[in-house]
Amino acid sequence: MKSLIALLLPAALAAQQPAPAKVAPTLIKNATILTVTKGRLDNADLLLENGKIAKIGKNLAAPAGAQVIDATGKYVMPGIIDPHSHTMIDAVNEGTLSVTSMVRIRDVLNPTDVNIYRQLAGGVTTINVLHGSANTIGGQNAVVKLKWGRDVDEMLFPGAMPGIKFALGENVTQKNGQQVALATGRPLRYPATRMGQEEVLRDAFTRARDYKATWDDYNARVVKGEKNLVAPDRNLELEPLVEVLEGKRFVHAHSYRADEMLMLLEIAKEFGFTVKTLQHGLEGYKIASEIAQAGTGLSTFADEWSYKIEAYDAIPYNVSILMRHGVVATVNSDSDERARRLNIDAAKMMRYGGLTEDEALKTITYNGALQLGIQDKVGSIEVGKDADVVIWTGDPLSVYSTAQTTFIDGEIFFDVQRDQAMRERMAKERIALEAADRPGRRTSPVVP
Amino acid sequence: MMRLFRYVVALMAVLAALPIAAGAQLGSYNPNPGPQGTFAIRGGHVVTVSGADIPNGTVVISGGKITAVGANVAVPSGAKIIDATGLMVYPGMIETGSSVGLSEIPQGAASTVDISEVGSFNPNAQAFFGIDPHSAHVGVARVVGITTVVSRPTGGIISGQAALINLAGDTPPKMAVEPRVALVVQLPRSGFGGRGFARAAALQQGQNADANRVRQAQLDSLRDLLRDAAAYEKAQSAYAKDKSLPRPAHDVVLASLIPALDGTMPVIFTADRANDIRDAVNFAEEMHLKPIIMGGAEAPDVAPFLKQHNVPVVVTAVMSLPSREDDPYDVNYTIPAKLAAAGVTFAISTGNPGSEIRTLPYNAGMAAAHGLSKTDALKAVTLWPAQIFGVGDRMGSIEAGKMANVVVTTGDILEAKTDTKYLFIDGRQVPLDNKHTELNALFKDRP
Repeated sequence: MKSLIALLLPAALAAQQPAPAKVAPTLIKNATILTVTKGRLDNADLLLENGKIAKIGKNLAAPAGAQVIDATGKYVMPGIIDPHSHTMIDAVNEGTLSVTSMVRIRDVLNPTDVNIYRQLAGGVTTINVLHGSANTIGGQNAVVKLKWGRDVDEMLFPGAMPGIKFALGENVTQKNGQQVALATGRPLRYPATRMGQEEVLRDAFTRARDYKATWDDYNARVVKGEKNLVAPDRNLELEPLVEVLEGKRFVHAHSYRADEMLMLLEIAKEFGFTVKTLQHGLEGYKIASEIAQAGTGLSTFADEWSYKIEAYDAIPYNVSILMRHGVVATVNSDSDERARRLNIDAAKMMRYGGLTEDEALKTITYNGALQLGIQDKVGSIEVGKDADVVIWTGDPLSVYSTAQTTFIDGEIFFDVQRDQAMRERMAKERIALEAADRPGRRTSPVVP
Repeated sequence: MMRLFRYVVALMAVLAALPIAAGAQLGSYNPNPGPQGTFAIRGGHVVTVSGADIPNGTVVISGGKITAVGANVAVPSGAKIIDATGLMVYPGMIETGSSVGLSEIPQGAASTVDISEVGSFNPNAQAFFGIDPHSAHVGVARVVGITTVVSRPTGGIISGQAALINLAGDTPPKMAVEPRVALVVQLPRSGFGGRGFARAAALQQGQNADANRVRQAQLDSLRDLLRDAAAYEKAQSAYAKDKSLPRPAHDVVLASLIPALDGTMPVIFTADRANDIRDAVNFAEEMHLKPIIMGGAEAPDVAPFLKQHNVPVVVTAVMSLPSREDDPYDVNYTIPAKLAAAGVTFAISTGNPGSEIRTLPYNAGMAAAHGLSKTDALKAVTLWPAQIFGVGDRMGSIEAGKMANVVVTTGDILEAKTDTKYLFIDGRQVPLDNKHTELNALFKDRP
């Protein structure tokens, strides 16, 4: 039964394709290329070779064995980067403690989540998979390339900066669930206020600083050649926080209200690290210059608001105000649904605050790469970068355009024609399987 | 005294320095529209929706109505001229799947949510009496060109009555076009959700049988209530004709069902699954109700049935994730195109209570990106929802005699980057300020 169902799923079909030993080069011809960092090129060609963008120019020659795609009238842009995703994960929150820095999203990544495929069909190639926002210091995130059909190891973004999720505000205080907690006898978890959240952060980083000092002392004595030393105990909770202190791990902090964001920026300053991104940061526009001064980025919704108290002052001008103040700002989905149409969310930023086309595109590509520390590899169309590009039927900032072909490392992971062929194949297969499953031979369904 | 004077002067200086946007008023983020004047919108590309586009047209508005439309239209003397050169002129969009004004902040602010009454049968719960005209959602939605919405209660089996309102005016009566436009019914659903394991598990444990018993009991209660209302109507009209009969007691609940029973008020049935849609239509026919299907995710699967029974659909699922893992990725994007091809009457809606209805045009745009023609996409958020809710003769297109709900934009109204330059609702010019523009003005230049 299980294998029967597996056969019906596109996941299974995709999983049947092993990674080819060598990907054939692809030459995309006569496209409008939106490089994002170097403007727009009309009637230009793009050569993808060995998983990289090999050449950009006019009248490029196709190397031997290359597949050539005529993209006349079509647009090519870098693969979309979604800086805030919960796609692929079998668990979102380890929310039982206030500090769960020891848990890792990579341990719960499910490579057969069909939402990967749906997002590829929306031109997305890289996602930042984050722990939920149940606790002040959450788990470690994973940056993933949406290589549909491959193992998790192949999907993890090579060389992406490690990161960790923090969270402030209503989700952490659990005020919205407090009535439920009181009614059901579920114990309230500390912290229940923003005061407590500051204290949890201060306490955790104070402990992390001591832990680091203990190891630094030990390592110094090892270097000096002292004998018979006993190494300090490892602490999996504090190790990631030491990495934060050392600038080796990015902090992505869920936050809504301006005051809580300022609190976190002050803590970071005191302990000597930089918060890489404020996630959501819906009131970021109220303190744009403070965020810019801290060197912190911000990743937000295009136009979601009013769904809870701390989202009531959210405005779609957030991105434009932050950008004009010099903050690296992005638009994210935080949703399997919205992730499929981030191009439209980017276009909204032109309406609300007057971003240029390139600025709007940056909010879903290059700026996301900056926020994840992968700007040398993805986020724009430049020679030498990963061949993560998408061919669109028209201007991707138009609601009337759709992604036609999505490449990651030069390989096609979504193509609208292949999708059509797969549907027909699956329809035939379904008919065959249903015909084979005659009443006389039917076995009881398995109840999990 | 002098000290007080100094204090007042200082306070006034502070207040004067606050960059409060023009049109804002204490207690509301939605500035009031101006008077019903005479306006001539000239030189724009007029998309009439009901007829051909007029590339360089004039739209004259007077006394709340569109009085003239065309390439060569005389401008009445004294008309305020709106220069629309290089701009586009559209009828206002209509969102028919909302609950605007009934729910402000759904999480953590229960007292701002007045969307569902207690109990299962509330035909007399009227959205009209619960709508907050000062909801910040109103001003935010109308600046994308949504001039009219259906706001409906939800929950229970008979949720109540929806109102069709314009998004302008500082009281519900000023907003209302049809204060009681449709009855809202959530027909009890058949069986347990899904297929495969979920269904198998439910069957094995006998839950389906239980669920079906509950459903049948609920359906019977609903039938009883509707039959009682029909009998009540009969008794009341008999008494009206013959006062010698015993005087029947008045009953506001039963009385409120009569317009639905006599076919003057359509009934919104919320249904996404094919089975539920079929059940709703069959139930409506059995009880002589005029159904509108709201949801319609699987409407394409029963399109010939819907066409045969002449039942319209408000599609709220365009942007929903496919409900099954093996559905095509675009299964919901293509709902409107499939319904159009099958000849089913439909409108497109966000299905959102309020704050996100401003994404209505992009829902229509997404449908157009997946097989629906651009003109049909526009009709699905203008003329067709008006027709489905019985106000197609009054709004939904730019035609002389219709209510002057007119939007002047910088480009294609379904495009996300398009901005609105002028907005008219009921022939009144509406300021474009709202909660979001005000906060933007307050903070954008903060050093």
